[in-house]
Amino acid sequence: MAYSEKVVDHYNNPRNVGSLDKSDPSVGTGVVGAPECGDVMKLQIKVNQQGVIEDAKFKTFGCGSAIASSSLATEWLKGKTIDEASQIKNTDIVQELALPPVKIHCSVLAEDAIKAALADVKKKQESLTSPGVAS
Amino acid sequence: MALKLPIYLDSHSTTPVDPRVLQAMLPYFTEKFGNAASRNHAFGWEAEAAVEAGRGQIAALIHADAKEIVFTSGATESNNLALKGVAAMYREKGDHVITVATEHRAILDTAKRLEKDGLKVTYLPVPADGVVNPDDVRNAITERTILISVMMANNEIGTINPVAEIGKVAKERGVVFHCDATQGVGKIPVDVQAMGIDLMSFSAHKLYGPKGVGVLYVRRRNPRVRLAAQMDGGGHERGMRSGTLPTPLIVGFGEACRIAGEVMPTESVRLAAMRDRLQAGIFKGLDEVYVNGHPTKRLPHNLNISFAYVEGEAMLMGLKDIALSSGSACTSATLEPSYVLRSLGVGSDLAHSSIRFGLGRFNTNEEIDFVIDRVVQAVMKLREMSPLYEMAKEGIDLKSVEWTRD
Repeated sequence: MAYSEKVVDHYNNPRNVGSLDKSDPSVGTGVVGAPECGDVMKLQIKVNQQGVIEDAKFKTFGCGSAIASSSLATEWLKGKTIDEASQIKNTDIVQELALPPVKIHCSVLAEDAIKAALADVKKKQESLTSPGVAS
Repeated sequence: MALKLPIYLDSHSTTPVDPRVLQAMLPYFTEKFGNAASRNHAFGWEAEAAVEAGRGQIAALIHADAKEIVFTSGATESNNLALKGVAAMYREKGDHVITVATEHRAILDTAKRLEKDGLKVTYLPVPADGVVNPDDVRNAITERTILISVMMANNEIGTINPVAEIGKVAKERGVVFHCDATQGVGKIPVDVQAMGIDLMSFSAHKLYGPKGVGVLYVRRRNPRVRLAAQMDGGGHERGMRSGTLPTPLIVGFGEACRIAGEVMPTESVRLAAMRDRLQAGIFKGLDEVYVNGHPTKRLPHNLNISFAYVEGEAMLMGLKDIALSSGSACTSATLEPSYVLRSLGVGSDLAHSSIRFGLGRFNTNEEIDFVIDRVVQAVMKLREMSPLYEMAKEGIDLKSVEWTRD
């Protein structure tokens, strides 16, 4: 299978590989996929007090397109507000990376990872601000 | 000396034509172009003589009689002819076929077709090392069994089956025994007499011959195997396979077999040594790598390894200077990981992480060292990027994690 130049570029020079401290209340972590399906993505975001994503990291077990999808997602997430980030659609990733139909599931997984990370950070922040829990 | 890239390590898929083979073939495209079936002029006689010489060389490599060689377009056609031809011809006698879960698709899909046509097929499971147990074959035979089809060596994991023992079982029960020997012929000694094989498929392009020509060996005595032709036409090849014979391809196939017979004793030792060098180098550079298939009962040029926590297609992408195959789903059209590895009980995660190395006549130790280096680098880079590797290093049991599945 021939890969698009952008997929090859993200594969060769993945952006934002790494991990953030998942116990940090400002960090949201999303882990989606399963090893037996051949794809697992871990996406993490660090959200500042203004609700802006100031850092994003990923680790992915999967094919080149899965790696590229998650790498691209971290690039897009940085600097966005939580609301803006929730607008990212898998079809945007498909278009940007010129993914063939057989690789669309990689972009779906990336969107799921974004949603999971956002949900995680929201949950953490709600539990911090909710009465009785806030310090 | 600078290495020539890319390096070819996919010899289970196909092999280049040996230059000696090409030289032997060339005259038969141009000045010696006759039809071997033309009985009335010198062009035809010349072609017929060349075809018969090729037939003799092929038969000699497998200890058969030249009259038992039926030419086809390749091993897929040979497998189809064997299974469908026996099913049609022996239908009165029975309707049960025995084969194995790890066979090539050309067998499995043909067997599925037979099932659609009303036959019953037993797909024998294999143990973790992939070697077919002859007792399983024996126990599967019924009064209605007309054919046993077991491959000589597996195309993914290179595991060699006890063909002679299975041949003995078939003979005891009077069942026709077909063997898909596509990966074995020219690589390991094959003797249809000693192995009790009644029908055997193989093709030229796996042993440094041209693509587009194969053989079905059809035993003529003890027992005489009969087949229903699958194509109507001029009645070539003892009525079993009509169609004008491709003289240049047959000449090339014959020469490839002659060379294989000559070099096999030294070549198999050389390839096994290179394969072992590759395996040792990879194991030295990386932890958590696993050999798939039987550790010793394997083709000398085969190595199939799972690299835990990295996905096969991603690995191949990082190894673009090396031609390899993966059992990963992403490299197949079906999005399912290798059914061969799954049949051995290899977990889907490790099946996704598998790479098949197929060494060949023209590989060198320098190439192998380059490959070791690149493979180790690629795996290390991908493991740095792998959430599974990170979790495993943190001591998390990946089997206990609740994964989200689409």
